Amino acid sequence: MANDWRSFEPLLIPDIPNLEKIDVYEENGGYEALRKILNDRDKWSRENVTNEVKQANIRGRGGAGFNAGLKWSFMPKPDGGPRYLACNGDESEPGTFKDRKIFEFNPHLFIEGALIAAYAMTVDTIYVYIRGEYISWVDMLQEAVDDAYEKGYLGKDIMGKGIDIEMHLTYGAGAYICGEETSMLESLEGKRGYPRVKPPFPAQKGLWGRPTTINNIETLANVPLVINNGAEWFGNIGAEGHPGPVLYGISGHVNKPGVYELPSGVPVMDLINEVAGGMRGGKDLKALIPGGSSTPVLRADQLEGVTMNADSLRDAGSMMGTAGMVVMDEDTDMVDVLWRIAHFYHHESCGQCTPCRDGTGWLEKILLKIKNGEGEVKDLDLLLDLTTQMEGRTICALADAAAWPVRHTINRFRDEFEARCKKSVHAVA
Amino acid sequence: MAELSFTQEELDEIEKIKAKFPTDKAATLQVLWVAQRKYGHVEPDVQKLVADTLDLPAAHVHGVASFYTQYYKEEMGKFVLDVCTCLSCQLCGGYEILHHLEDELGIKAGETTDDGMFSIQEVECLGACGYAPMLQVTNGVYVNNLTEEKADELIQNLREGNLPEFESMQMPKLEKRNQAAS
Repeated sequence: MANDWRSFEPLLIPDIPNLEKIDVYEENGGYEALRKILNDRDKWSRENVTNEVKQANIRGRGGAGFNAGLKWSFMPKPDGGPRYLACNGDESEPGTFKDRKIFEFNPHLFIEGALIAAYAMTVDTIYVYIRGEYISWVDMLQEAVDDAYEKGYLGKDIMGKGIDIEMHLTYGAGAYICGEETSMLESLEGKRGYPRVKPPFPAQKGLWGRPTTINNIETLANVPLVINNGAEWFGNIGAEGHPGPVLYGISGHVNKPGVYELPSGVPVMDLINEVAGGMRGGKDLKALIPGGSSTPVLRADQLEGVTMNADSLRDAGSMMGTAGMVVMDEDTDMVDVLWRIAHFYHHESCGQCTPCRDGTGWLEKILLKIKNGEGEVKDLDLLLDLTTQMEGRTICALADAAAWPVRHTINRFRDEFEARCKKSVHAVA
Repeated sequence: MAELSFTQEELDEIEKIKAKFPTDKAATLQVLWVAQRKYGHVEPDVQKLVADTLDLPAAHVHGVASFYTQYYKEEMGKFVLDVCTCLSCQLCGGYEILHHLEDELGIKAGETTDDGMFSIQEVECLGACGYAPMLQVTNGVYVNNLTEEKADELIQNLREGNLPEFESMQMPKLEKRNQAAS
């Protein structure tokens, strides 16, 4: 049950000093899930591992919320050629700053999870793609990977069990779009980060045309927990239908912003008022963006009884996204906020598809006009119309991610936007 | 101008990068990084060096270098201040920090000081939203929870050649509210 979050003990990043060191990780049961599997491969066949993870229903923590084990099961049967796992540590959605905590405080949990995923999918090469700005965290993870190689958890003949899995780290150079999974594959291949048309899906044709699965870092860090404790145990953590621990990133106008590990399904108001220490300066809450900048904003009066899990947020009119919660107080200018979000998506559009390349530009331009007090009420309807011309009409979801905040922020704060517009000529006369 | 080249040590590093991937093309981003660390930018002659080293078309390398924002397309100041003004930083005073730095250094975002010491850039979300406002120094260390005083201190330290140290932002501990009524 989600309401016992107050007694929850962190699982992804437990409060153990120096857990990032491989010795400390091992002393605390680290690499035991991998050992358990490799020691009893009849019980823990590749198929059984996949099924256990599928049953646990780890919903992808990168934003899409897709069942990780089910995703693994889409990989075709091995044909003797290379197969890849690409781990997505691009983490660029505004409001999101959680995966870096895993690199810093418990990197081996992620490495172990990635190894189990690789085993389950008969993958021999793992790539970890981290955003270029996170160079400090790339170095931290590299140290952990080097240690794992030295201890025989990575490389040839892992733990003497005849399995070979390599892990390579690489990093980007500044491009939000590379968090989109097929764009990340392009970037890994050394190209501009242009999303690919699907189908074919990466499981059929991914890196260098070979079967590839892409998982988020936090998603993979949950895997050893499932193997150690079972899918049923995992399913009992947090909210039904969206179980497990979640790294909530809370930012904006709260007293204690930061990343907090709690079960899924914590009431939004508890997260703001208790976990994050309440509103800064005793101000009133005005709005919340629950899961990164693309997830629709919710007004304070829409948050009653809402919990942080896919179903509850959908019913409230938003999405879970990355659980990067951006909290806004009563003084927040929603026109300014929306213009800034539109500026972000315009800047980050890769430029392949016209509805996105031009659409994000128009959204920003019109919002700037309104922000400067030069817009008219009919511009608001033009913006809403534009969103429908962008959504679903492009190769990837960046256009959708740009359109949703515009539509929902205008609809939910229409008065504020209208008040910023010029009066019509007739009204003035 | 003398022909640009990598040292043997750099070439060894590039070989290690290439060994990670089945194609040399895949090494493009990482070799551009090696080049930028050496030359401080990836102007066209540096791009050509990368292309020649990897035996790739110069157009491909140019395409990559121009797509990603962290590659400097021209020479920058000794210290590049990437000030985040995106969503959470905007809410917490990112623009105030940006404008303060612009005033202090007498340049606008996108410019470099005459002495070549500082460049300022306004950048998109750097993934430090809980520690807003913040900035990154020359694609390296993050400086979190900025105030005008902290920004001034940073400038002073950089002038003296001292880069800030990595600041570990811990997972905040929840207060145990065992007997609290709530």
